[in-house]
Amino acid sequence: MAVAAVKSDAATDLLAAWPLPSGEAQWASEARTTAEAWVRERGAPVRRDEYWKYTNPSTLTALPAPEAAVFDASDETPVFDAVDQLRLVFVDGVFDPAQSDDLAMEHVEIEPLGSALAKDIHWARDLYGVLEARGQAPVARPLAALNTARATEGVVIRVTGRAAKPIRVFYQHAARESDALVRHLVLVEEGAEVTVLENGPAASRFNQVMEVEVRDRGVFNHVRAQGRDHERRAVTGTFARLGREAVMKSFTLTVNGRLTRNESVVEFIGDDAVAHLAGACTGEGDFHHDDTVFVTHDAVNCESRQVFKKVLRDGAVGVFQGKILVKEGAQKTDGYQISQGLMLDDDSQFLAKPELEIYADDVVCSHGSTCGAVDETSLFYLRSRGMTRAEAEELLVLAFLDEAIAEIDSAELADEVRGRLAAWLARRRK
Amino acid sequence: MLKINNLHVKLEEEDKQILKGVDLEVGAGQVHAIMGPNGSGKSTLSYVLAGRDGYEVTEGAASLGDLDLLDLEPEERAAAGLFLAFQYPVEIPGVGNMTFLRTAVNAQRKARGEEELNAAEFLRVIRARAKELNIDAEMLKRPVNVGFSGGEKKRNEILQMAMLEPKLCILDETDSGLDVDAMKLVAAGVNALRSPDRAFLVITHYQRLLDHIKPDVVHIMADGRIVQSGGPELALEVENNGYADILKTVA
Repeated sequence: MAVAAVKSDAATDLLAAWPLPSGEAQWASEARTTAEAWVRERGAPVRRDEYWKYTNPSTLTALPAPEAAVFDASDETPVFDAVDQLRLVFVDGVFDPAQSDDLAMEHVEIEPLGSALAKDIHWARDLYGVLEARGQAPVARPLAALNTARATEGVVIRVTGRAAKPIRVFYQHAARESDALVRHLVLVEEGAEVTVLENGPAASRFNQVMEVEVRDRGVFNHVRAQGRDHERRAVTGTFARLGREAVMKSFTLTVNGRLTRNESVVEFIGDDAVAHLAGACTGEGDFHHDDTVFVTHDAVNCESRQVFKKVLRDGAVGVFQGKILVKEGAQKTDGYQISQGLMLDDDSQFLAKPELEIYADDVVCSHGSTCGAVDETSLFYLRSRGMTRAEAEELLVLAFLDEAIAEIDSAELADEVRGRLAAWLARRRK
Repeated sequence: MLKINNLHVKLEEEDKQILKGVDLEVGAGQVHAIMGPNGSGKSTLSYVLAGRDGYEVTEGAASLGDLDLLDLEPEERAAAGLFLAFQYPVEIPGVGNMTFLRTAVNAQRKARGEEELNAAEFLRVIRARAKELNIDAEMLKRPVNVGFSGGEKKRNEILQMAMLEPKLCILDETDSGLDVDAMKLVAAGVNALRSPDRAFLVITHYQRLLDHIKPDVVHIMADGRIVQSGGPELALEVENNGYADILKTVA
């Protein structure tokens, strides 16, 4: 069968696998129709697609979803539990109000996605499917469009001032065959500020999209931990648009996971804004981890940073595809991108595709990508102090990943992530 | 305490003999200095004793007490009481000095079958040691050697030595890259750690370090061998006349 037909059939099957929700507002239905048409037009992703060259999407589109054992994480306190927070719980991708905190918080409106999409007049109308659609060019992201077309679970968050504590989205995995679509919207109004935390094994297969609009002078912090459940598959898409002097900082820690693809699509539309995207991951064996980033500078004097670090062992594969697009007139752009792979043996692979596309003449853009083994001198230094090879290697792994962890704005959250990573690594050693 | 017997070492990667029959014996409580021109094999000797990869022992033996050193992994040698102060201490970003030291101390305790120190006990010990050595507590909070001045790096080595309480300390050109004041501070740290059951092997180019760390015996190393041994006056002779005279006499 021709590739086009395979893609189109797979898209039809995926759309048919989830019911089209009924009883929604007209604007919501229209957004779904538009997204569905896009999924049909572009088809499901296949490895032949340029942007899936290094990551085989077949298990992300297969039906039914590959099963994954429910991970028993009861030997530890979940990450972020110690942080003062407003907690939202999802079980297999379904919002669980009983386990969640009361949704009320000063300067913040939180509402389940379904309730927002049912209202004729709602701010979500200007966001839902809008940022995702903007992120479909020049690279098609059909799994995100599928999410727009069918997702019914998630939360919409509007922030009008400084949120007193982080909003923490805690995912729980209950069923082996769970296949979840989750969609969040975050609107940070002018001068408002919020931190969103995400963690926990979400489902056997997890397709999550978050659209984030940060208006002028708003601040959005995002810290995510994708933890030890190994059999899961996850594809996430963060679509953000930043206004004047807006700040966005997003960090993801990934440990284990058969397949993880984290896409970030960020667009600067106001001058003097800042976006830092960072990721630290470590995995072994059939671990496959992909960070795909697209940053568009369409305003003056904005700063973007991408810092991605991967530690790979025993045949694990790490992928980084990062692009900085500087549009005509986006002068004084400061773009930086670094991706680094640390290989703990000869069997692993780090595949990096850094791209710069620049149409302005007064910009500073730099990118680098390295791939190497543990430094023997450092290893000897630590061993000469009495650490075993494994202990020394672990410390050097922490040191390597720390450059990405240091991108987290809050020292408390950075330490939470550091502590958790150290504990996970120590557990693996035994 | 340390016994080296006819030690021959070559580089693993190339067929180059570096040590050509080193004999050396350092007793408990003693301080021995090894001096010698560049390329004489001083640093190689320290690396081979500490167990660094890349060297092949072709002949001879080295032991610490009853233990045959050359059969052991670097961490086993450390647990047995050997400590090497590096010429260029390694920077480890993202790992706090405190975490690093605690991991090291507990790894050695575990290897010796002793109970590990908990966080509170460790903190008490390290604070006391840092105070004795006049080391700022701020240095304990920073990542290992990152952004440290040359002097701070070397003092950090001495602090590690104080925490690990080794039987044999090898100082590999500890004076390199230090100004006079920093050298005096480091030497004071070493002197504070001298004891009847601890031996020191001080490797240096220059006599000036030995003004501050008084050796019992001075050895001159050249072309992979110890060519002359004597008292502290031998170091002064080197300072005044250079190595050429001594090497001529030996030849």
